[in-house]
Amino acid sequence: MQDTAASSVDGGLLVGADVHQRFGALTVLDGVSFTLAANEAVGIVGPNGAGKTTLLNVLAGAFRPSAGAVYFKGADVTTFDAAQRCRLGIARSHQIPRPFGGMTVFENCLVAATTGGGLSGERAYQCCVDSLALCQMLHVANRRAETLGLLDRKRLELARALATEPRVLLLDEIGGGLTDEEANNLVETVQVLRGRGLAIVWIEHIVHVLVRVVERLVCMDAGRIIADGKPEAVIADAAVIDAYIGGRGTP
Amino acid sequence: MSTNRGFVVERWTRLSIASSIAAVALLVVLALAPLLFAANIVDSLTTLFIYLILSVMWNALAGYAGLVSVGQQAFFGLGAYFAIQFSYYGISVYPALLLGAVAAGLLSLPISMLMLRLRSGEFAIGMWVVAELAHLLVALDPLINGETGVSMIALNAISPDDRRAYNYWMALVAMVGLLAVVFALLRGRLGAAVQAIRDDEDAAQSVGVRVLAGKRTIFLLAAFGCALAGSLWLGTSITFQPRTYFGIQWTAYMIFMVLVGGLGTFEGPILGGVIFFLIEYLFGETGVWYLVGLGAAAIVFALFLPRGLWGTIEERFGIRILPVGYSLRMFRSDFPPGGGAAAPDPQPSIKPGVAANESKAPPPVELG
Repeated sequence: MQDTAASSVDGGLLVGADVHQRFGALTVLDGVSFTLAANEAVGIVGPNGAGKTTLLNVLAGAFRPSAGAVYFKGADVTTFDAAQRCRLGIARSHQIPRPFGGMTVFENCLVAATTGGGLSGERAYQCCVDSLALCQMLHVANRRAETLGLLDRKRLELARALATEPRVLLLDEIGGGLTDEEANNLVETVQVLRGRGLAIVWIEHIVHVLVRVVERLVCMDAGRIIADGKPEAVIADAAVIDAYIGGRGTP
Repeated sequence: MSTNRGFVVERWTRLSIASSIAAVALLVVLALAPLLFAANIVDSLTTLFIYLILSVMWNALAGYAGLVSVGQQAFFGLGAYFAIQFSYYGISVYPALLLGAVAAGLLSLPISMLMLRLRSGEFAIGMWVVAELAHLLVALDPLINGETGVSMIALNAISPDDRRAYNYWMALVAMVGLLAVVFALLRGRLGAAVQAIRDDEDAAQSVGVRVLAGKRTIFLLAAFGCALAGSLWLGTSITFQPRTYFGIQWTAYMIFMVLVGGLGTFEGPILGGVIFFLIEYLFGETGVWYLVGLGAAAIVFALFLPRGLWGTIEERFGIRILPVGYSLRMFRSDFPPGGGAAAPDPQPSIKPGVAANESKAPPPVELG
């Protein structure tokens, strides 16, 4: 285990510094410090209710943290909303897909490219076509998003996030419920993105898929980071095993 | 359009070019109508134009921006009320009618600051409250004589024939102008952004959409448009009674026109407006049963044809006359460049050199 609270603000591309998130009496994040370096891919694992998605929401700007700060490229973006952060280069996917149902798949991406990406005209179209091609969605480009099945909805989450031309991609369980072949496709896609220099935070329960892409693994439990380091080390960590197998009564 | 890159994004079709030309030709005829047609036809057309304004405005609001307002009569009434005020302070009739709408449009800005904090159902009810409040406050103005109302006396100074023609032309210009503005806005960046807000506000925010600004633009436009419809109505009827102008029936008409025509399509509300106008023309004399019929028809459409007449036609046949959306056509299977390891398998529908027109294979129609 590491002393996560000591992570430096200026060292990372995207930094959450001593983040607390409380909803009434419930503390979901209890002093989480998280640093994502440029071009780094980090996986986040942990049991249900550990606060993974909440951390992602804080980083993406969907939640304003109760305490603590978020930095992007060294600047304090804690007070920026999700739209502002997206325009700066932080894109995210949603755990439960949230397509713009009344619009076509292509239009879903176009909104992202023209607002989040700030593109217009042919450049916006090109960006959308690239994103859809990468996510293998070109053949459904003119379908209304509400007619898509779950797999395509998940792909659309990724394609739409990519259309904003992000520097950082925050992925929330886009691999859940996929067959092995689909998961392999997804891994290849994410590897392409890594090759383009995107920094990635990926929450996923399927650890064997995750470790094929990420070089660092973070394990959360009960609103805290309990392990952070090389994937093999984190998986072998006693506290991590404890959190999953459930020896929590015995400290 | 860059076909060399293997794709083209289609916005205009041959059909839309042809129908645009037809629309311009129709417009020329309409512009000359007061010189060509009998008085009752000109009056009827003026009424139709006002209905079309209301229909298109409510569709922009609810169908595109997802702001389901049941209080748009607030602006209809305020437009007329402010026009009376301007006229009372000596501004000549037609500028007063326009200024009335502008004033109501400006007033919608502070109203939007309160109302746009509310979501869906809360917004709908909030707008109704705004309309009732506007009604009560206007009725307190001594100039209006409570519910007795007041006439825009200056209108009587113009001969009935001239007044008919002026009303007609003003309504025509207003309708065409507002249609053009809505069309331009919806085709542009804002159109896609507000539709995203309509479908999922939080997700829209997550891809960078300025949610509040997008909603506000459409809200202000719809407020101005409905106010202009109200002041035009004043121009045709001369008298202003708060109960009539602030009546919920105006919003009921808007909802009917948009639901029947096709919520969230550009062409639908125009079709719906014409249908509503014809129904009123044919059955309007039958009083209560006419209203019962309207309500029943709206329910039938909401249940069995939720995309309205035009929405259903559009989906079945892939027709778009005035497209505000986008259609992607691929030309090559070796696309994309830079897809790298994750380049997709060649899609069966995308053959080299053959335009795979996705819109010819529409998704299954969902009527639920």
